[in-house]
Amino acid sequence: MADEIIAIRGVTKTYRMGEQEIHALRGIDLTIRQGEYVSIMGPSGSGKSTLFNIIGGLDAPTAGEVYVEGCRLADLDSDQLAWVRCHKIGFIFQTFNLVRTMTARENVAIARMFAGIGYDQACVEAEGVLERVGLGHRLHHLPSQVSGGQQQRIAIARALVNKPLIILADEPTGNLDLRTGQDIIDLLNEMKRSLGITVITATHDMKMISASDMLVRIRSGAIEERLNKEEMDVSIGTIDGETVA
Amino acid sequence: MTQRARVPRQQPLSWRVIVRVSLAGMQRRLMRSIVTVSCVVLALAFLSYMLVLADVTEALVALNDAALNVALQDHGVDIYAETQTDPMTVLLIGLALLTCTVGIANSMLMSVTERVREIGTLKCLGARDRFILRSYLVESSLQGLCGAVVGILLGCLIAVVISAITYPGYVARAFPFLPVMRSIGLSLVCGMVIAIGASLWPARVAAHKRPVEALRVEE
Repeated sequence: MADEIIAIRGVTKTYRMGEQEIHALRGIDLTIRQGEYVSIMGPSGSGKSTLFNIIGGLDAPTAGEVYVEGCRLADLDSDQLAWVRCHKIGFIFQTFNLVRTMTARENVAIARMFAGIGYDQACVEAEGVLERVGLGHRLHHLPSQVSGGQQQRIAIARALVNKPLIILADEPTGNLDLRTGQDIIDLLNEMKRSLGITVITATHDMKMISASDMLVRIRSGAIEERLNKEEMDVSIGTIDGETVA
Repeated sequence: MTQRARVPRQQPLSWRVIVRVSLAGMQRRLMRSIVTVSCVVLALAFLSYMLVLADVTEALVALNDAALNVALQDHGVDIYAETQTDPMTVLLIGLALLTCTVGIANSMLMSVTERVREIGTLKCLGARDRFILRSYLVESSLQGLCGAVVGILLGCLIAVVISAITYPGYVARAFPFLPVMRSIGLSLVCGMVIAIGASLWPARVAAHKRPVEALRVEE
């Protein structure tokens, strides 16, 4: 399929902890199309983060294959993987992971510099993206000088600055209150719509799930359930009795 | 295999960018920088003090002035010795430099531990090992240079002032410009070697951190 952006084929991941083998992933098959908003749900320890690391080329699967834009990640050397991470994938973390000693502008600009853009030009472009996420007035603040929601916005600007195809967001609203969480979800959704970016999030957040095109539930390293948007509207209302916002 | 060729390799950052990033980091981590710098300052002040004092004393001995020789011997100088650096002094200097090296390495390792997550994040953004390694080395050579310059100025000044007070009038008459310049050069090289040498290992530790492990670390 032409618009297939990520294809995961029979991916397993086994960690060895001394004598014990831990099966973090037990054969995942998943296809994600360009411009989709996919939520991955599952209890902690279900293998979500491992899956994210494998999609992002940070970790290699024990078996199986991952294709990003038709390109097999296992074929790439570490410099090529770095290039893919830099140009194709934007990472967003639950704990924001901004560089504490850099201002908002520098935090965004450094990602642009990794893409080979000079210092001054990178700063100019970073300002543009920060304005877009509503932080034009916080350019020269350190992460510790802004709120959690604003830190996550800086992180989103950082993830967007290289115009990636894919955003990998590992519980982006996990450390935020409901209201700011909603703002972040809206922002991600807007980026998906206006830039056609594929967004993959790991989340427990019901609001986030209701905004997505596909919901994948993972339990003990295997896909338990896969729902598209139409199917979801029916089933979500029943999850743990929570109502969808 | 054709796919492999299609994906470009991540290119290294220019030194200019690395220096600017490192400088900004040092400014905001001022306390940690000051610890490293003061290690170098102390060790280099001691080294250059000993070297310059020996230079000046040798020049004074070479004057072969009767009254001065008496004054020199009063201060425990062996005027018949060929050189004014004895093995004990060399040992002391060596110990001071070693202590300084260990101090810097320790301070750098702590900084690596503090920044593990940061390093992991940068790697997610496309940083290569080389960027991490280089930014640590740039940081430590800048710190080494600052510390060395201040330390050498301090050490030379103290050596010259003390000998000028001890042997009034003579130091100005026989100031050994060339040997002092040589000692300053030697100290500068020592300072840089120590600062860079001490941070090589911490920088490698930082650069080879795997992002998956780095990101798992709690702050």
